Amino acid sequence: MLDAKIPSGPLETKWTEYKGHCKLVNPANKRKLEVIVVGTGLAGASAAATLGELGYKVKAFCFQDSPRRAHSIAAQGGINAAKNYQNDGDSVFRLFYDTIKGGDYRAREANVHRLAEVSGNIIDQCVAQGVPFAREYGGLLSNRSFGGTQVQRTFYAAGQTGQQLLIGAYQALERQVALGNVTMYSRHEMLEVVKIDGKARGIIARDLVKGTLERHFGHAVLLCTGGYGNVFYLSTNAMGSNVTAAWKAHKQGAAFANPCFTQIHPTCIPVSGDHQSKLTLMSESLRNDGRIWVPKKKGETRKATDIPEEERDYYLERRYPAFGNLVPRDVASRAAKERCDEGYGVGTSKQAVYLDFADAIVRYGKIEAGKEGKQNLSMDEIIVMGKEVVKEKYGNLFDMYEKITGENPYEVPMRIYPAVHYTMGGLWVDYELQTTVPGLYALGEANFSDHGANRLGASALMQGLADGYFVIPYTLGNNLAEEIYNKAIETSHPAFEATEKEVASRIEKLMSINGKQSVESFHKRLGKIMWEKCGMARNKEGLQQAIREIQELKKEFWSDVRIPGSVDEMNPELDKANRVADFLELGELMCQDAYNRNESCGGHFREDFQTPDGEALRDDNNYMYVAAWEYKGEHEWTLHKEPLEYDVVKPTQRSYK
Amino acid sequence: MGLTGISLVLFLIVHAGINACVFADMADPEENGAMFNKAAHFMGSTVLIRITEIGLFAGIILHIVQGLLLTAENKKRRTVGYAVAYTAGSKWYSRSMGLLGTLILLFLIMHLYHFWASARFTGRGLEPVTYNGVEMHNMFGLMKATFSDWKVVIVYALGCLSLYYHLAHGFQSAFKTLGVHNKRYNAMLSSLGYGFSAVITIVFILMPLSFVLGWVG
Amino acid sequence: MEHYNMNLTVKVWRQKNSRAQGNFESYSVKNISSEMSFLEMIDVLNEELIVEGKEPIAFDHDCREGICGQCSMYINGKPHGPWQANTTCQLHMRAFKDGDTIVVEPWRSAAFPVIKDLMVDRSAFDRIVQAGGFVSVNTGNAVDGNSIPINKDAADASFAAAMCIGCGACVAACKNSSAMLFLSAKVAHLALLPQGDPERKSRVMNMVAQMDKEGFGACTNTGACEATCPKEISISNIARLNHEYLRAGLTAEK
Repeated sequence: MLDAKIPSGPLETKWTEYKGHCKLVNPANKRKLEVIVVGTGLAGASAAATLGELGYKVKAFCFQDSPRRAHSIAAQGGINAAKNYQNDGDSVFRLFYDTIKGGDYRAREANVHRLAEVSGNIIDQCVAQGVPFAREYGGLLSNRSFGGTQVQRTFYAAGQTGQQLLIGAYQALERQVALGNVTMYSRHEMLEVVKIDGKARGIIARDLVKGTLERHFGHAVLLCTGGYGNVFYLSTNAMGSNVTAAWKAHKQGAAFANPCFTQIHPTCIPVSGDHQSKLTLMSESLRNDGRIWVPKKKGETRKATDIPEEERDYYLERRYPAFGNLVPRDVASRAAKERCDEGYGVGTSKQAVYLDFADAIVRYGKIEAGKEGKQNLSMDEIIVMGKEVVKEKYGNLFDMYEKITGENPYEVPMRIYPAVHYTMGGLWVDYELQTTVPGLYALGEANFSDHGANRLGASALMQGLADGYFVIPYTLGNNLAEEIYNKAIETSHPAFEATEKEVASRIEKLMSINGKQSVESFHKRLGKIMWEKCGMARNKEGLQQAIREIQELKKEFWSDVRIPGSVDEMNPELDKANRVADFLELGELMCQDAYNRNESCGGHFREDFQTPDGEALRDDNNYMYVAAWEYKGEHEWTLHKEPLEYDVVKPTQRSYK
Repeated sequence: MGLTGISLVLFLIVHAGINACVFADMADPEENGAMFNKAAHFMGSTVLIRITEIGLFAGIILHIVQGLLLTAENKKRRTVGYAVAYTAGSKWYSRSMGLLGTLILLFLIMHLYHFWASARFTGRGLEPVTYNGVEMHNMFGLMKATFSDWKVVIVYALGCLSLYYHLAHGFQSAFKTLGVHNKRYNAMLSSLGYGFSAVITIVFILMPLSFVLGWVG
Repeated sequence: MEHYNMNLTVKVWRQKNSRAQGNFESYSVKNISSEMSFLEMIDVLNEELIVEGKEPIAFDHDCREGICGQCSMYINGKPHGPWQANTTCQLHMRAFKDGDTIVVEPWRSAAFPVIKDLMVDRSAFDRIVQAGGFVSVNTGNAVDGNSIPINKDAADASFAAAMCIGCGACVAACKNSSAMLFLSAKVAHLALLPQGDPERKSRVMNMVAQMDKEGFGACTNTGACEATCPKEISISNIARLNHEYLRAGLTAEK
């Protein structure tokens, strides 16, 4: 079932070889080929724009009111590229190597190498579009460093890199809309894939304003619908982020790969109460200067500023002296959880650790004083100067923290706790980003291909844009070259009719339950099960339990959910119900996958598989494979394994000590 | 709007400058408005000024028409209003340019009736006066007569106050409309705008006040 | 930070769809924690409405991090509520006290028709961008990112304008429903960069024409847009837009 279609030849030349020999579609034929792009984040917007430029007839869909609002916009820190502008030893190979190692040796070498190869083009393209990256005084691009690497290769636009990149792609997309190459469908949600003769030939989408179902034909369907972190209810994802498109594809035959690989980001603002609707990330860049600590005493009640230096435990610096506060995300998150579980947590919930800038403020203050040649300054004066520097670097993040918590992080340490942030797993795709359903593609976070078991910071933006700008234009053409003989299929085709009917009856069924509990309450309960039993740490018994509980919850959902309003109008509760129904099924598969993977790697940490000092214990002999699950029926999946072969990189135990 | 506004601002400078001649009377009680009358005569007798006057009226009318159109157009852009108005984000006079303009227009009609119509057409209340053998209107006398009534003075003061607020917004706004975006210049123009509005208003208000209080005349 | 609970009256604009007549409804919400966000308060209210068998309040929101620009409520007489430089989703209940009445309205502008309750249609913004808010560069033919050095101040100013999240608060705040701040932010973002230079004239002319077509009002420089903008986009961008527009108009060859 799984043919990754990796080109032969040495790793460095695979992509060049592929591009040199893939089939092309001539411009006249491109105009006759229709492509559906679902989702308009970095992957979707860049793909739709680029395919439009090439001359394909593109239809793009997003559930938001404008394509510019896709959640890529919230990415803060930056985007990696192997430009080596800093002359600090970076190269395509090093970016490739760091990504493979960061992913704990569970990613495909060929895909990752291609990603590293095109990373530089992305920066060039974005600059040409007018993305205002940060620059040095000489007018050249500026870089900063991120977790898990030893070079400075991250390009950024203050704390809003995702926003700027997405607006660049959005503008390119709108240009194609104006030229008539792309038709944009905002406030539309894809609810099903239409398959004809085994190939994906279109979608059924719901117009969220009118409430009507629409049929759309495409010679190919591209899913660029992001990750499924919202299965945990609380995550840094947007409220609308969902798995529905990917899940429908999965139920239509697309294998789902490594669903249990989720990234828990270490620096988020902690949960403040039961009412919490989402979590907010504080950029990883804060770990460049902030020091993470907890009190040495259990159940400490003093204020942070009253706890003397010798009674603080800087546990990351203690456990990982080589990387200190800049260990990769999975490691930092687990360490925070370990301390809180042991009873050293801080804040009212005791589920938080401190991220402290006091040292950085003094350090920067002294540097500033030195620059200005001032001596004999009092500590207070130095602190004032230091705060100015910190403000310039992280001001917007500090402001955001203060808005949410009401505390001033310049005066008291921030409280942070890990939160679900990204999902490395996703639809299984081959080298061409095609799923196991012909004609159906997955790009960006929606696929599984590049980050293995853990993603490095500033790599998600890179992957989304690589897929959309530089990979899919070639690989789609290679497959569509055979479609030039096939005319567009009328949407009156029986397959469209049947699929639409299925969708309509499912919606009818949901609406007719008329139970007592709100959609939100089910989502919250699912999230709690997932977070407690399939979150940062998992174990055999917990996962088994979770599977049972989720199955129960699903039954309850389908017999007691209450959706007000009607079908033929705007109905946000119905939209939510459609999404939660799919999360309920996905949650079970995630637990299944986590249960199957008897090892710890990257974001997947099984308590029953750890080294004596509490580090992840990988099992390369038995689990060096991609777990691709095929849907067989309710609660039933078949596991297909795609072995991972490392020709260039030699897997070792990941150590950041 | 900005362009016509600025042309009217230029007129105001000339107008205020010439009117300020009445204060020559303060320094020399024997003067009796001679300097002012001469200046007014000069303004009324040159062809060039007459042509400019047509331009001025065209400017005023254009400014009014533009203002009316703009207000009407903008009103249509919000068919359903807010229950709670947003007032904190802008100055009341910035939002009330139409109202202030209307008040100024009403004042202007009265003002034109008082002086311009007399000088040009009706000759109402005008005595001849002769300087160096040239006979001219005693505009100074007309002012003195007009401003002997406190009611008129108060209406004039209110008219000038409307002008102040109209200018306080209009002056700097005109430059923004004309594209001045340099931060330094904008800051300068902003202070200049307030200063100018204040000076013009004070000069204008001082005139009727000076007559009614007997400081001049 | 002291936390406290409060009981509130929320007066919300309810409107079934774009054709229906709307009206205000009052709801009382109890035991709202000062730690909650404003939208979480609405979530709580909606949950209660659903349990009571009523229709929940429809409102736009997505990222809840203040960056996507989807949330759009006019709260107590100000777009995005009482805090400065803030979006509705980042407004927290600390801003209110026990017993308060909060009035929530949709963005009001003929160019932003109400879809339902507090949701409005802002697709006019997309069409303004379609008219020229881009650099016409196809994927693949870019030169090296460092081949054109860009003055840091210009790059920073361009970024400051590009921070616009397209929420429409400027239109909602303006007494004329003018979209000039939104439009000027895009024009300034691209006019300040060498990459935007080749299309500078046509961009500003076409975008302004589209803005007028969409039914936004004209700018009278009141400054309400700048005062309410969650990203503090400067009104000097509007002056820059006027400059660009005059320059393009005066030097046009056709």
